[in-house]
Amino acid sequence: MKKIYSFKSSKSRLSNFREKFNEFLIKIADVVAFLQIIFKNTFSKNFEGQEFLKQCYVIGNKSAGLISITGIIIGLVLTIQSRPPLVDFGAVAMLPGMVAVSLIREMGPVITALICAGKIGSSMGAELGSMRVTEQIDAMEVSNANPIKYLVVPRVLAATVMIPLLTLYADVIGIFGSWLGVNIKDDVSLTLFINQAFASVEFIDIIPAVIKSFFFGGVIGIVGCYKGYNAERGTESVGVAANSAVVTASLLVIIVDLVAVQITDLL
Amino acid sequence: MKTNNSKILIDIQNVTKSFGENEVLKGVTMQLYENENLVVLGKSGTGKSVLIKCIVNLLEQDSGLIKVIDLEVTKNDEENLLAIREKIGFLFQGAALYDSMTVRENLAFPLTRSKKKLNVENLEAKIIEALENVSLPDAIDKMPSELSGGMKKRIGLARTLITNPKILLYDEPTTGLDPITSDEISDLINFTKKKYKTSSIIITHDIKCVKSVADRIIMLKEGTVYKEGTLQEFENDQDAYIKSFFN
Repeated sequence: MKKIYSFKSSKSRLSNFREKFNEFLIKIADVVAFLQIIFKNTFSKNFEGQEFLKQCYVIGNKSAGLISITGIIIGLVLTIQSRPPLVDFGAVAMLPGMVAVSLIREMGPVITALICAGKIGSSMGAELGSMRVTEQIDAMEVSNANPIKYLVVPRVLAATVMIPLLTLYADVIGIFGSWLGVNIKDDVSLTLFINQAFASVEFIDIIPAVIKSFFFGGVIGIVGCYKGYNAERGTESVGVAANSAVVTASLLVIIVDLVAVQITDLL
Repeated sequence: MKTNNSKILIDIQNVTKSFGENEVLKGVTMQLYENENLVVLGKSGTGKSVLIKCIVNLLEQDSGLIKVIDLEVTKNDEENLLAIREKIGFLFQGAALYDSMTVRENLAFPLTRSKKKLNVENLEAKIIEALENVSLPDAIDKMPSELSGGMKKRIGLARTLITNPKILLYDEPTTGLDPITSDEISDLINFTKKKYKTSSIIITHDIKCVKSVADRIIMLKEGTVYKEGTLQEFENDQDAYIKSFFN
């Protein structure tokens, strides 16, 4: 009878696992060191203010169009989908409030973060990856310019600041989309719709959503920059860095959201 | 050029460097003397580029000692490393111009990040002077994507020279260029040495460039120094490996 498992193969599998686990621990240490160096450079003198403003503009300009379209569609779809059950229960008057709360608490921040993970995370990964491959980062280092300070810190801070702003913008656009959705079947003025929507929204709905958006922004900026900055040599690695930045940032956004929901639930 | 009482600017002693199982440098010892063009010659993959990257600590050697004007190259002493990099200019193989910046911004970048702050007029004057040295004053507002390979190399050299380094490291300066542009780059290397009294290490396997710029040659083979000498000594050598380069 053929032996499926031998002592030798399980031993080599164990050493394989040990090797993978070691690689994983090294990766974690590398990320921690990267975070530490970003933190140190964020609070050191000679902040690259101009580059920070440029990155804020790039992030806002790149994502605003896409977020406008997505925001309107999300508001519209949420309204159209929620209306029939509310009509059945005779609670259609609650539609604006329900849509506003779900947009502000969950849909707005998460959808915005996922769009930005795709749009900004990939662009940071590809841009820094290409700079690494073409030795531009090395050139900065040898000319005594600190590439972390010039390239990484402004991008991470810009993402951290801009994503909450884009989230608030997505919320507003989403509510407008919802008003359009309501007006397919009913005739409601924008003022009445907004009054009804915000009657259900409380302070506790907005603040945690804004706070978690800062974390989403930080995660997207850090992951995009880390993947690009540490790209391997060779053109293929630029694509790998961009792709890996999107996948990792999207996954981390969902995980951060899960943690944030648990914390908000305790409040 | 090396004479009996020449000052050593870069001293490399028994440097080794491996990437995983691949041992690239196997105990390289060499010196760069004041006011000389030292060419490091060898086949691709013999560790030439790795060696000059170790000098500026872009890569860290596994063992051995590297000194730049009596300062030891080590990552642990940031101040020391900054002082070393201030003395060295590095021209990368692809010129490594920052592609999101204009030529003017590329040249201003190292100056605006250095300790010595310049006012706007002095900054502009330095940029124009650097571009005139490489005969490209009209390229000042162009983006790197609008420049040819040779122009990129010249701008890269201008950016390297703008901080007045004492030592220049050229990583394959003529690779990928047509013969005429290669000759122009070789002339520029000689002009730079003469005008700024710089000392240079030139990594290349372009024999025409070697013949044009070399004061002294070190040949690397499989991560070790195979032969050291003048151009004439190399040309007269009967060793088959050396002959394969010079014939």
